[in-house]
Amino acid sequence: MDKITIGNNVRRLRFDRNEMTQQDLAEQVGVTRQTIVAIEKGKYYPSLEVAFRIALVFSVPLEEVFYVEG
Amino acid sequence: MSYHERRAIVSVLSNVLATGLYTAFMMQRYPQADAYAPEIFHFWGAFFLILIPVSIVARVVVHIIFSILNTIATHEMEPALTDERDKLIELKAARIALYVFAIGTMLAMGTLVVGMPPAAMFAVLICAGVGSDMVSEIVQFVLYRRGF
Repeated sequence: MDKITIGNNVRRLRFDRNEMTQQDLAEQVGVTRQTIVAIEKGKYYPSLEVAFRIALVFSVPLEEVFYVEG
Repeated sequence: MSYHERRAIVSVLSNVLATGLYTAFMMQRYPQADAYAPEIFHFWGAFFLILIPVSIVARVVVHIIFSILNTIATHEMEPALTDERDKLIELKAARIALYVFAIGTMLAMGTLVVGMPPAAMFAVLICAGVGSDMVSEIVQFVLYRRGF
């Protein structure tokens, strides 16, 4: 099975929400700020639950937050 | 440097220091007897049994002191939350530490196979225990440093 790379629009979505801070997003999602940093940098792929929580915070579908690169 | 990275460094140093001091203290009581005498096995049995509570107490004390000093120095409170990434990092570190300890245990048994005295086997076991704990902390440090 080929490995896929998952990209995300978390940084842009935060920017669109009046520059929501990473700390604010982390608190609303229920994770640490470091985890949001790692997700934004693409170093950590969150669980499905956290992915949906992020999408719920931004009120967008999951595929608008995360996508398959390439 | 994040709270977790600092804590990992402090844990490694305190672990080495606590075990080193305890070993130095206990070695003064090492029985002057034949390598295979019952006193030797009694000594090592006591060594391991006392080491466990000593290391737990040392760990708790160091953690409390570190939390206080860290809060004073950085004005950053200990994270109240442990999320899925923290747990995954802990699991990865624990898995690698388990490998290290398993290799150490096999090496310890190997010392008996090649005819070395029991003291060598116990020494290798202690090194495996301390080493695996250090590896666990170092892996956590690296994973937190990298992001994951």
